[in-house]
Amino acid sequence: MNPFMDREKALLELERRIAELRTASADQPVDMSSEIGVLETKYQEILRDVYGAPTPWQKVHMARHPNRPTSLEYIAGLDRFDELHGDRHYEDDQAVVGGAALLRGRAIVAIGQQRGRDTKENLRRNFGMVAPEGYRKVRRLAHLATRLGLPIVTFVDTKGADPGISSEEHAQSEAIAQCLIAFTTATVPIVASIIGEGGSGGALALAIADRVIMLEHSTYSVASPEGCAAILWGDASKADEAASHLKLTAQDLRGFGIVDEIVPEPLGGANRDPSGVVTRVLEKIDAALERLETLPAQRLLAQRYEKYRRIGAWARETAPAGRF
Amino acid sequence: MPMPEWLRVRRGKDAGGRDAAQWSKCAECGEMLYRRDLAANLYVCSRCGHHFRIGAYDRISTIVDGDFTEIGGEVQVGDPLQWSDRKSYPVKLAGDREKSGLSEAVVCGFGQIGGFDVALGVMDFHFRGGTMGTVVGERVTMLLEEATRRHLPCVIFTASGGARMEEGMFALMQLAKTTAAVTRFMADGNALITVLTDPTTGGVSASFAFQADIILAEPKAMIGFAGRRVIEQTIRQKLPEGFQAAEFLLEHGHIDIVVERRLLKETLVRFLDYTAKGAAQRARAEAHA
Ligand SMILES: [Zn+2]
Repeated sequence: MNPFMDREKALLELERRIAELRTASADQPVDMSSEIGVLETKYQEILRDVYGAPTPWQKVHMARHPNRPTSLEYIAGLDRFDELHGDRHYEDDQAVVGGAALLRGRAIVAIGQQRGRDTKENLRRNFGMVAPEGYRKVRRLAHLATRLGLPIVTFVDTKGADPGISSEEHAQSEAIAQCLIAFTTATVPIVASIIGEGGSGGALALAIADRVIMLEHSTYSVASPEGCAAILWGDASKADEAASHLKLTAQDLRGFGIVDEIVPEPLGGANRDPSGVVTRVLEKIDAALERLETLPAQRLLAQRYEKYRRIGAWARETAPAGRF
Repeated sequence: MPMPEWLRVRRGKDAGGRDAAQWSKCAECGEMLYRRDLAANLYVCSRCGHHFRIGAYDRISTIVDGDFTEIGGEVQVGDPLQWSDRKSYPVKLAGDREKSGLSEAVVCGFGQIGGFDVALGVMDFHFRGGTMGTVVGERVTMLLEEATRRHLPCVIFTASGGARMEEGMFALMQLAKTTAAVTRFMADGNALITVLTDPTTGGVSASFAFQADIILAEPKAMIGFAGRRVIEQTIRQKLPEGFQAAEFLLEHGHIDIVVERRLLKETLVRFLDYTAKGAAQRARAEAHA
């Protein structure tokens, strides 16, 4: 259940009435500015009330909002993009889009998971759930980037890797495992942006990076809240409870050092100002690349190794002896 | 260094006698098996050949020649998310420690297999379903780093339900960490052999299990990325019998060999022999250069 549904309806209704009054007042001599003012105050109140301090479960829904900018919107914000297709083996998975591109004049390889806005597009994009063919395309593009010396820029937006029959038959585990290797060993800078939902290994396959940027209301977790609830309690409907346990918000993850920086969103979420959000994220990516490209490859790799080596290495105390 | 107590017990005359009075029922054919006989038969049903899940220390005692020196035992998890649902995470861990006799879901260390020095990691499903959290990730990473320093091949037995939910993103990050260790280990010319045992899924399957040079699996082991239930819920139909079984993966070209447990050690020894010979040949070639 979308916890925003009722309130979103109320907001849309207010938006509609404000627009109506504006149109009407333009045509008529009557001054309606006070009525409009009242409605706008009300509108802002509801906005703050609903979105001011979203719970983790509310953030999951903001991250999944159909009008939240997707990878293609970020890609459209690049100076130029030439899509490259296919895994060179079997298929061109449409759940992930990638190619050569220019960002502020800098040549890069851009890769992003792509979900749809409507049913038709979602069927084509498989709801942004990438199959092994897609991960093999990603790996190929990462190798291409290394070969040509192009930094890798990724946009992460997936519930998780595709869990279907053919994905298992085509070795989903191996495809992701090899993506992880490709990103770990790429001798070019990598910047990953978590723009929507970052679900599990299927997200991490595009997110091993020198710099990880995350939108204020995006989520990134070890499993989707539904998946986590099903695994732990055999009940996917307890997803809201799982969301509160998982520490999946940008603020939590920045605190853990798993995410490097947070890009703020307008009140109500990125869907309220898509182009502004896209611009701000691209600026952050550009700034990160500016810093990273001065590092020699060996330094870059060593730094990347240390970054991931440290996570969880704090867990050293004397263990209770095994009973055997 | 003296042989550890658990290994001495398992090697002694009374091997399997720790629970001599117990009987176990074969999940496959229903046969009642005397625990001592089952241990002597490497926990394989003498009637139908069903491979029971085997504990990490039992596994090690059946694979290594003599002594085994454990490393990483001091690595111990905190409670990074302060997780508490029906029970708190520390309480769940304490329960599993008590039940399994393990300090965590993997045992790592060094020993010999068929006279070859190896780094050996063995996961155990009896501890939190073999899930990978920070301790598993840290121990496997330490094992690979130490193996890299010593120029030794590494053998890892996997058994895992995936990443550990109660450690959230810290658990997911262990995929990145172990991958980093695997790449350095491999770049240095060392061989990684994995043996996938029942079950191997999720985060472990999508990292070091399938990053190995040689991938073996035990008969009928369930191996895959998504769990059976998740797939069935997604596609809203029952999966066929044998889907994601080791034999299915072999047929689809995902793994190298399905090996019966009684042949596992000699199979490993043969591959360790190729590995050692390869290293010697490379050293000779470099000496000529
Ligand atoms: Zn049997």
